[in-house]
Amino acid sequence: MLEGKDLACVRGERTLFSHLNFTLNEGELLLVQGANGSGKTSLLRMLCGLLMPEFGEILWRGEEIGAARETYHAEMAYFGHAPAVKEDLSASENLDFSCRLAGILVGSDEVNGALGHLGLGHCLNLPTKSLSQGQRRRVALARLMLVKAKLWILDEPLTALDQAALQLVQTLIGEHLRQGGMALMTTHQPVMITGIVPKTLQLTP
Amino acid sequence: MNTLQIVLVLLRRELTLAMRRRGDVLTVLFFFVIVASLFPLGVGPDPKLLRLMGGGVVWVAALLAAMLSLGRMFASDYADGTLEQMVLTPTPPVVWITGKMLAHWLVSGVPLILVAPVLGVQFGLSSEALGVLVFSLLLGTPVLSLIGAIGAALTLGLRGGGVLVSLLVLPLYIPVLIFGAGAVDGAMSGLGSEAHLSLLGGILILAFMLTPWAVSAALRISME
Repeated sequence: MLEGKDLACVRGERTLFSHLNFTLNEGELLLVQGANGSGKTSLLRMLCGLLMPEFGEILWRGEEIGAARETYHAEMAYFGHAPAVKEDLSASENLDFSCRLAGILVGSDEVNGALGHLGLGHCLNLPTKSLSQGQRRRVALARLMLVKAKLWILDEPLTALDQAALQLVQTLIGEHLRQGGMALMTTHQPVMITGIVPKTLQLTP
Repeated sequence: MNTLQIVLVLLRRELTLAMRRRGDVLTVLFFFVIVASLFPLGVGPDPKLLRLMGGGVVWVAALLAAMLSLGRMFASDYADGTLEQMVLTPTPPVVWITGKMLAHWLVSGVPLILVAPVLGVQFGLSSEALGVLVFSLLLGTPVLSLIGAIGAALTLGLRGGGVLVSLLVLPLYIPVLIFGAGAVDGAMSGLGSEAHLSLLGGILILAFMLTPWAVSAALRISME
């Protein structure tokens, strides 16, 4: 479904990777691995359409993602380094606005339910500047639950999370995959999701 | 959700954020008042001279104040990652970019228009000239937000972007300044200000149609 063909990434003068091929089908998890600076984030940004590949093409359901931008973005959710949380808004306002801007109408019970599920039930209406780094990332993870995208592109989703949240995120990913979703993620931590054997993609120059 | 609804959601979001950070809005407004008030102190209290330069001074101050507020337009959304998420929505970028420019004008342009008559009185402008000043600002300040957005988008994430944005944007503001100040001048000298105001209106329509595309391209480049 998501397919990368002969991808290459050049940042400045350096070639980070080249001749990269992969396919990701329904119910599969792809772990992108590589040392720091090997181009994991660049690859993920490329797959989102934020960065143009130097060479090669990325296909979603057989169509180039640039040409199928609207349908692709409607089916994809990206979790980046920055949690995409506005400090002056509360957690529930943040989710409400970001879902509506993505064209998804969500009710307040749905928003509060997702936040409660991620253990933020007690700070729904606090401005997020008073939340910790890990809590902000939980807000961003709650967005993934709400937008119901088919493809999850997750850049280091497990950093800054405590033990309980680590478990929770892996369970969430597992559920997503069992419902026919796809996920592609980078992480330096071991990933253990019951019933899922992840594919790996090693980045080498 | 349709295009109009997305723009309205974005407007609500931007206005909520502005309300939570009222200090930022007031800073720009006070800057505008102070710059305009410095001129009488510098050139002396001669009423004839002040009346002659009043319109121009208020317009230059408005230009500088608008520029001061440009940094806010995309930079904070860029820093916390929300801009990235907006780019990744299925909504065409020109739609939410138009919403952001409109919100910028409501937050930083409209307060200037409301205060301008007070500053005009300080320079001894006639009541007719005051009306023309307000009307010219009403047509001109949206153009400042529209053109400024291009500069703000191009300098996104650059160190020293604030200085660079003024170098990029101020030259492009010149036509607005000429026709805006010219309209007030025309009203003062009795030559009429219709021609200047129509040209300002023309610039506004042109900028409204073209700048969202330019900003969209600029954001694409700066976010790579």
